[in-house]
Amino acid sequence: MNIGILALQGGFALHEQKLSQLGFQSKRIIYSRDLDDIQGLIIPGGESSTMLRICNALFFDDLKKFANSHPVWGICAGAILIAGKVENPSQESLGLIDFSAQRNAYGNQNDSFIAEIKFEFLDNSLKECIFIRAPKIASIGPSVQVLATYNKEIVMIEQNLHMASTFHPELTDCTDFHEYFLKKVENAT
Amino acid sequence: MNENQSKLNIGLSRMLCGGVIMDVTNKDQARIAEDAGACSVMALEKIPSDIRRDGGVARMSDPQMILDIKEAVSIPVMAKVRIGHFAEAQILQELGIDFIDESEVLTPADEVHHINKWEFKSPFVCGATNLGEALRRISEGASMIRTKGEAGTGNIIEGVKHLRTIIFELKMLTRLNQSELYAEAKRLQASVDLIKDVAKSGKLPVPNFAAGGVATPADAAMLMQLGAESVFVGSGIFNSSNPSKFAKAIVTATTYFNDADKLMDVSRNLGMPMPSLSMDTLSEKDKLQRVQVTVSLGLDDCQWMRCPKKINCNIVDGSRL
Repeated sequence: MNIGILALQGGFALHEQKLSQLGFQSKRIIYSRDLDDIQGLIIPGGESSTMLRICNALFFDDLKKFANSHPVWGICAGAILIAGKVENPSQESLGLIDFSAQRNAYGNQNDSFIAEIKFEFLDNSLKECIFIRAPKIASIGPSVQVLATYNKEIVMIEQNLHMASTFHPELTDCTDFHEYFLKKVENAT
Repeated sequence: MNENQSKLNIGLSRMLCGGVIMDVTNKDQARIAEDAGACSVMALEKIPSDIRRDGGVARMSDPQMILDIKEAVSIPVMAKVRIGHFAEAQILQELGIDFIDESEVLTPADEVHHINKWEFKSPFVCGATNLGEALRRISEGASMIRTKGEAGTGNIIEGVKHLRTIIFELKMLTRLNQSELYAEAKRLQASVDLIKDVAKSGKLPVPNFAAGGVATPADAAMLMQLGAESVFVGSGIFNSSNPSKFAKAIVTATTYFNDADKLMDVSRNLGMPMPSLSMDTLSEKDKLQRVQVTVSLGLDDCQWMRCPKKINCNIVDGSRL
């Protein structure tokens, strides 16, 4: 199983470390052709507007096509890229999960925070969650499943093959979220 | 800054990896930079080449000007303070800046002390010309290191020298044994604990970006290939003949730094880069990289040295401090 990490800009290197820690191969994705031999894709944190601008129309369409049959996990900026709709300001997105993302919704870097959040799907365990200039999941469609909330804000969701989180599991020691995604990829292949 | 805040701040640095941070002096430039794919902008009244030209004391920019730029873009905004000028940093933190650059490009405010960055919530980036300098800034709480290079010259030679020096010194550390590490900590004037950590990982504990003299997409690609994690571009964009085109080309070159075909493509018909300076036309005193703490410091003054002897190391080369 080979996992791709979109490496146009952002925290892609940290996901490589996580996956290798779990004994999985990963591959940096910067061209359409890189998508050919991967089974799942992580879109890391970074600046979503930067990634959008580097990604040309052809690559953008190929990412959409890839997502028709393969799981994609968007983290922070990656979550914004896979949203159905983006606000503040509005921008293009892949529309992989039916939700509306609000950029920089918590404020600037001084408003970034760390929270202990309970995850039902991880045996109700408490996890340290790092939010950096994070977006909010402002609204979700009826078939989207909420995986976690914090202070009434939705922080993690999934819909069919895809999942999105507004915090950064790659910045902590926890590997559970990556393992959960790897299982999704395994089930899809 | 407590341990959690440090995690958040280094985390933000990591999210800026693989990108380009561009100097901008007004809202319009900020929008051009964002549209071109900058991952962050540095708001300042004068870009380094103009500071160099105009002389005089260069200070933190007007907070209103920084706020206007913050208003205009959705990407993180950085701004510069003078070395050691903690009150300027307090102002930037208060206005909600995303990153503070304690920068040698401005005129230093303190000839002995850098800002104690642990006293701040906002993250700091600091310049370095070698590993010792980088580690001292990290000890003081910097969440990101960038090479100093020679800002405002459009000449990459100093940036390359500093990046190569830091990377070479990092490699050297991984080859040393424990007792050699103590000696090396003394030589580098850096914390022994930090030195030990770095010797184990072979990497700085914070991202290592490149800055100073970047004028073309090829410059950016070269620094990335040498191991920089992101690139700062100061005067290189808005002093070129076609800022938007240069900005996009440098962003593409930073992502596709290993792809000669793409590099050729974005370098074609770019227009004129910024006006440049060769190093031999600059006197030592005009070099911004030398702008820093330059007084001699007894080793016993340095809390990290744990040196049993009271050696007075008369360091005249500013780059050592």
